[in-house]
Amino acid sequence: MNLTLKIWRQKNKNAEGKFETYPVKDVSPDMSFLEMFDYLNEELINKGEEPIAFDSDCREGICGSCSMWINGRAHGPVPGVTTCQLHMRSFKDGETITVEPWRAKAFPVIKDLVVDRSSFDKVIAAGGFVSINTGGAQDGNTILISKDDASEAFSASMCIGCGACVAACKNSSAMLFVSSKIFHFASLPQGKVEAKTRVQNMVAKMDEEGFGDCSNTYACEAQCPKEISVEKIAKMNREYLTAKLT
Amino acid sequence: MSDIDSKIPEGPLATKWTKYRSTVPLVNPSNKRNIEIIVIGSGLAGSSAAASLAEQGYRVKVFCFQDSPRRAHSIAAQGGINAAKNYQNDGDSVYRLFYDTIKGGDYRSREGNVYRLAEVSGNIIDQCVAQGVPFAREYGGLLSNRSFGGTQVQRTFYVAGQTGQQLLLGAYNALERQVGIGSVTMYSRHEMLDIVKIDGKARGIIARDLVTGKLERHFGHAVLLCSGGYGNAFYLSTNAMGSNVTAAWKAHKAGAYFANPCYTQIHPTCIPVSSGHQSKLTLMSESLRNDGRIWVSKKKDDTRKANDIPEDERDYYLERRYPAFGNLVPRDVASRAAKERCDAGHGVGASKMAVYLDFASSMKRYGTIEANKRNIHNPSAEEIDRLGKEVLKEKYGNLFDMYKQITNEDPYEVPMRIYPAVHYTMGGLWVDYNLMTNVPGLYALGEANFSDHGANRLGASALMQGLADGYFVIPYTIGVYLSNEIRTKAISTDEPAFVEAEKKVQDNIDKLMSIKGTKSVDHFHKTLGLILWNKCGMSRNETGLKEAIEEIKALREKFWSDVRIPGDANELNTELEKAGRVADFLELGELMCIDALHRNESCGGHFREEYQTEEGEAKRDDENFAYTAAWENKGNNAWDLHKENLEFKEIHISKRSYK
Ligand SMILES: Cc1cc2nc3c(=O)[nH]c(=O)nc-3n(C[C@H](O)[C@H](O)[C@H](O)COP(=O)(O)OP(=O)(O)OC[C@H]3O[C@@H](n4cnc5c(N)ncnc54)[C@H](O)[C@@H]3O)c2cc1C
Ligand code: FES
Repeated sequence: MNLTLKIWRQKNKNAEGKFETYPVKDVSPDMSFLEMFDYLNEELINKGEEPIAFDSDCREGICGSCSMWINGRAHGPVPGVTTCQLHMRSFKDGETITVEPWRAKAFPVIKDLVVDRSSFDKVIAAGGFVSINTGGAQDGNTILISKDDASEAFSASMCIGCGACVAACKNSSAMLFVSSKIFHFASLPQGKVEAKTRVQNMVAKMDEEGFGDCSNTYACEAQCPKEISVEKIAKMNREYLTAKLT
Repeated sequence: MSDIDSKIPEGPLATKWTKYRSTVPLVNPSNKRNIEIIVIGSGLAGSSAAASLAEQGYRVKVFCFQDSPRRAHSIAAQGGINAAKNYQNDGDSVYRLFYDTIKGGDYRSREGNVYRLAEVSGNIIDQCVAQGVPFAREYGGLLSNRSFGGTQVQRTFYVAGQTGQQLLLGAYNALERQVGIGSVTMYSRHEMLDIVKIDGKARGIIARDLVTGKLERHFGHAVLLCSGGYGNAFYLSTNAMGSNVTAAWKAHKAGAYFANPCYTQIHPTCIPVSSGHQSKLTLMSESLRNDGRIWVSKKKDDTRKANDIPEDERDYYLERRYPAFGNLVPRDVASRAAKERCDAGHGVGASKMAVYLDFASSMKRYGTIEANKRNIHNPSAEEIDRLGKEVLKEKYGNLFDMYKQITNEDPYEVPMRIYPAVHYTMGGLWVDYNLMTNVPGLYALGEANFSDHGANRLGASALMQGLADGYFVIPYTIGVYLSNEIRTKAISTDEPAFVEAEKKVQDNIDKLMSIKGTKSVDHFHKTLGLILWNKCGMSRNETGLKEAIEEIKALREKFWSDVRIPGDANELNTELEKAGRVADFLELGELMCIDALHRNESCGGHFREEYQTEEGEAKRDDENFAYTAAWENKGNNAWDLHKENLEFKEIHISKRSYK
């Protein structure tokens, strides 16, 4: 296939960025989107130009590194996959594809398609844990957890922290990310002890980091590569209210 | 006689660790506050070690090259983690896990270390459950188990096909809690590029801030390398793109011995290579071998579709050759058997370099059981398939989806095509019982060390080892060294040793940037990968290894005169990052071949064609090679060999058979 790529190029945090257009020829439909980028980069390097900077590591949809805004959607047109799992067979021969970095105040651009998502780590550091030290845990089977509760918890803890929810939201809200962690712990007995402080501290940190409010448009759910449901947000709101009222 | 001391405590195997742990010197809490520890890596080993040490009161700095510690390669582990809990009442015990691991490693690991690993395995599960890791559960609420290759009990704990992710998030949450408290300082997007030694002891590191390109000096009373394995030396592997050997290799060049570099694991069940543009290979977890049957056509060069080949024309070669373990033989055995069938002309798919992994009979079996559970009498074939599919989906849904994403084929309908791929490295930095390298104050944990898996690692035991090292071993053993360091004040990073180390790193970067050649870094990496895969991969021989050594030398020279790195060094420059890593792989690759060439036997993942039985099984030579090969770097790509003899007092060393 032959494609035209319009890609956001930005030298660094402070530089101004702009779109550059690159024709790419002989792309195989079996390539992943990132392999197509490798291919383009190899060509740029051979021509003596600077390759396009982008994040990737696992390339199997689990580390959450890759983060491209493709044709107006986080991780591109196919629902339920990350950019690294997107294959070129999902595009048409001759298509023009526009690629930008995540856009959000809390995710400043570092270079080209690479953004700084350390605000997510800060939100976790504010309360996304069970406060136990290593050692002294009781036998694992003394805490009985129903199969359903374990699956519920997993349906939230599977979040890969990629930031697609923030990029997809017109307010750059991190509600889906934060509520996933809250929901994970709220589904399990281990998480109950600190439920109140956890939700309060994480929400406060989220606001401090510059993420916007949720106005219930659910773009986050639609573009989450793990298809995490907005139910998690509703549950977090309930947890937050309970924490405030008691 | 060994010329290196593994410091295994005296006394009976079963009480070695408990006794040692209760008698190692301690550092009192007020002194801990003045001691700084550097941890390189935030995978399972690094995060668990950093969190546990910070909880004890040490001041910890953690470095990783990803943008967040949560993205370390451990996140990708799929199938599960072993522990000797005997929850299934099937005869498991610490001893059995110990025994299976020693045998699985083809009698090339240390009894003392492996016993300790088995002993603490249960604590890991307890710790992770307490952290809120949502392990799979039975209907009654108890923890669920599955089996993994190389064992006959069910001792593997799991979270769907995303066990590594959930365990790492548990450790990451614990780590972030310490960051929040202020006990850990996190340096993401930083790459360690050298060790700083003062008076022979590790005292710090030089790291590059990958965003600004600035070099930084960091002091530590001790340095822990938790930097993962070196499988990416082969270019194509199941490892994450960034996985590399640089941290361990710089330590090696600073004096730390590198042990058993030729012990690399080729995993039997990966999605086959499809094209030259492929950047990495994807694992299909070993847990699939519980329910999938591996076969090829009995007919050579059969062009029929899988579903058109009748049952009696299929060769379930693992079940045929190894009736006792069948599809659950260890990885090295399963990989070689697949290669043997493909080389003999029975390979499947377009490339003919693949075998089938078929779930049809499990689907029927599970479907029937489910129908019974639900009181459905005389279910139709479609109904059985539908119910069976539901069960498979719950167990392996994400893996099946991933397979379909990549290959565009539906494994619920047609068998998967799989082929072996580089996956894990048993070799690594040599460490003693305390996990310390031969450089005082320098430690290696997790996949970065060589310690527990001998010549072949059993499935679900890397996660176990990484977390054992970090949660339950290093917090005790580090006291042996640090209790003598309480008087050492923080050393200024203006000391000459730091200045010189930084200059060395800077010179290396300048040299790389100044080459301005014609070939990309990937070009050299791919070429190296092919040499290693063809001549130091699943099977090796003397001629091939000798050729490989010469080819790697020539390639290295070419690299240093013709690599092209665009951009500048004082900014985010992914090509420069890759170049530094490939430069180190080009040295390690040679050592891998040297090690493989010197080991005149076949054991575990190291299969030398000259040393095999008539039936094509690996032939060990215990008389001459029951040792760990620890290589000392003499500079200019020359090495001296040190041998640590392996003594088997508890286990009778015997032929490894899975028949
Ligand atoms: C696809 C896949 C599936 C697997 N499934 C299983 C399984 O089911 N069960 C099992 O037991 N094992 C499994 N394994 C093996 C297991 O995942 C790894 O062996 C283990 O996670 C390694 O953990 P680690 O902490 O040692 O290193 P890693 O998780 O690799 O972490 C390395 C860390 O070091 C950092 N680092 C490296 N170099 C530098 C440097 N120079 N400077 C700064 N930081 C650096 C990285 O940023 C990273 O944080 C699997 C492996 C793969 C590839
Ligand atoms: S690279 Fe890991 S999720 Fe895409």
